[in-house]
Amino acid sequence: MKTLLWLQAAGCGGCTMSLLCAESPDVIETLEDAGIRLLWHPALSLETGAEVLTLLNAITEGRQVLDILCVEGAIARGPAGTGRFQMLAGTGHSLMHWVERLAPRAAHVVAVGSCAAFGGVTAAGGNPSDAVGLQYDGGHSGGLFAPDWRAGGGDPVINIAGCPTHPGWVTETLMLLAAGEEIALDGFSRPRFYADHLVHHGCPKNEFYEYKASARELSEIGCMMENLGCIGTQAVGDCNIRPWNGEGSCTRGGYPCINCTAPRFEDPAHAFVETPKVAGIPVGLPTDMPKAWFMALASLSKAATPERIGQNAKADRVLVPPTLRRPK
Amino acid sequence: MMRLVVGPFNRVEGDLEVALTVEDGHVRRAEVNAPLYRGFEQMLLGRDPRDALVITPRICGICSISQSAAAAQALAGAMGLEPTPQGAAMAALIHAAENVADHLTHFHLFFMPDFARPDYATRPWHRRAVERFTAMEGGAQRRAVQARAELLHVMGLLAGKWPHTLAIQPGGVTRAPGLREKARLGATLRAFRRYLEEVLFGGSLEEFAALDTPDALMRWGRGDVGLFLEIAADLDLLTLGRGSGRYLSFGAYRQAEGPVFAAGVWDGVARQLDPAAVTEDLSHAWMAGGAQHPFEGVTVPDESMSAPAYSWCKAPRLQGRGYEVGALARQVVDGHPLALALVGGGVLARVAGRLLELARSQPVMEGLVAGIVPGEAFMVQGHLPRSGRGAGLVEAARGALGHWLRIEGGKIAGYQIIAPTTWNFSPRDSAGVPGPLEAALEGVAVEGPGALSVQHVVRSFDPCMVCTVH
Repeated sequence: MKTLLWLQAAGCGGCTMSLLCAESPDVIETLEDAGIRLLWHPALSLETGAEVLTLLNAITEGRQVLDILCVEGAIARGPAGTGRFQMLAGTGHSLMHWVERLAPRAAHVVAVGSCAAFGGVTAAGGNPSDAVGLQYDGGHSGGLFAPDWRAGGGDPVINIAGCPTHPGWVTETLMLLAAGEEIALDGFSRPRFYADHLVHHGCPKNEFYEYKASARELSEIGCMMENLGCIGTQAVGDCNIRPWNGEGSCTRGGYPCINCTAPRFEDPAHAFVETPKVAGIPVGLPTDMPKAWFMALASLSKAATPERIGQNAKADRVLVPPTLRRPK
Repeated sequence: MMRLVVGPFNRVEGDLEVALTVEDGHVRRAEVNAPLYRGFEQMLLGRDPRDALVITPRICGICSISQSAAAAQALAGAMGLEPTPQGAAMAALIHAAENVADHLTHFHLFFMPDFARPDYATRPWHRRAVERFTAMEGGAQRRAVQARAELLHVMGLLAGKWPHTLAIQPGGVTRAPGLREKARLGATLRAFRRYLEEVLFGGSLEEFAALDTPDALMRWGRGDVGLFLEIAADLDLLTLGRGSGRYLSFGAYRQAEGPVFAAGVWDGVARQLDPAAVTEDLSHAWMAGGAQHPFEGVTVPDESMSAPAYSWCKAPRLQGRGYEVGALARQVVDGHPLALALVGGGVLARVAGRLLELARSQPVMEGLVAGIVPGEAFMVQGHLPRSGRGAGLVEAARGALGHWLRIEGGKIAGYQIIAPTTWNFSPRDSAGVPGPLEAALEGVAVEGPGALSVQHVVRSFDPCMVCTVH
């Protein structure tokens, strides 16, 4: 059995709430079947108060083995580096203090969600609580822990970025760790099993994208890249390959991808639901495509947009069905 | 006289610390501390007003939709916009699904596991409580987690994902459901009703919702609800942690014809709610400034965290008085006879209020699905003013949630949020009057190292601490 401790730092608790949406099997059975014993989780465990303190002390003193430490939420360092914007209730110490002491005891440290990974929304708009991620400060390597910091098992902090995390990203990371598998990480330390995909992959608006048949306003079903701030062509995540809550995703819900798996997504320097443009041309085109090629293809495909696609893009449902070809 | 600090206080959403002054085995004075500050109201300043729909849901992962709904309503107020009737109905459905899921989470994951503790090993119901409600293992818990995940398919269909959606907008919702979505939502809700009736209530929801006296309630005797009521009778949970009897609700699920559950105030009689009479008192919060209406309010943390303040939580008051909010308050204000008969009650009344609301919300959700008219407009567009203001007053699972937005020069110039637990777990005000939880804890017997009865009282409020301070 592998032991797991879960702490909630400065965040909204939404990654735990999302994790509880795991299905077939549910999260409790998944962890059990993976051979993971939950030492404590703030929302799920019975133990409270002194019982928890006893456990935390046993871990920091090396009397209790800790295989996996999951931290959800950013580390609030303020005010003035004291960490007192988040005290771990009843202990007289900041959450920052506890993470600094517990992490070196863990074989693996997992940052669950973009707050724990990079600071996330907790670090938005001037960062009032001086929040950072466990091993990143926004996009810069080095957060609470230095860039060369390594957990007991030799890995850096594993960043399951996302706001919130898909339940599958978390359960699969934990299953792989429990099984002793090596998890390949990308340049921001995110598991490649979901970060090698783009939100664009499998997006139901793909055909609209192909012709740059764009929605002008929210509720229109066209592509949201040109006008509505959608960054699905650049954002990592398999959101449209595996569904959320049955069959959902942001773009399936009719609203743009805001790149929530990326560092600093919380401060895009423009309104989230508006595409910034220079001379009418969207800035921030797909990263791995030459801009001139993109522009040439876009204007060509726009000119070639079939009537069906053009009309549907500006409606709130499919108005014109595909043309049928009857077998001869 | 001794001082007891309870924390880390888990199975509540977020960080909570309760400091008790105990005399002769009873709580003489309670101080509730919300020990996490993030500063959302500061983050919002200077941003595009529409960004509130991205940022405020992320205050809280458990009542994310409620935050969306409040932000959308505040923006709609500033824009002079009303959502289309079908859009408002879908926003209500999404919102109700979250509130129902939260009630389920509270009962099974947060509240009931304490009764499986060995402290109660001699009670006649203990063996059944262990089987059904042991943390992570109880049969009722596991079934509830599954039923909740399946219910939240409503979000996958209408809101993209949960938590943290952008589907709810000032003019309605971003996704227009068609007939097949309507059929699928119906199937999801039928499965959820089956779970509620077969497992949680052990009987018809309509029959439970028709209960009109505490005696009839206590005789229910079926399902996991029956087990809870048996425990509540044995431990006298009705008198444990009594409330003030003052309740407030902003009204839940606003439709063109009015909210599904009424808005108002109860303080012995039903009264109209005057949102202009709401102020936030800062005397015992680590905040600079004086008491203000939230349209004028500011959030400036006192980084020295100096006394007499003891919490990051401000103290909201209506005409100078504190109010209890939540499912019980909503059902009292809505005039349900069982809720009215439970006015002023303690732990049992709060939990029963939630169960009553669960039973009443399922038919509400079913009605909203039945009313879907594919082809109608689910969203209307509007324009943001250069300057203006709007308030979003909604009901989260835990009670009244308010957003107060001011726009100047096209940017957010003021954004104040009062969350349900800000009301319930408020610190003292300048008159020294304790908040609802602090008052409910006074006189509670403190036995054993874990002070279990204190834990029951605290959890009966279903606190959401991440919302409280935001």
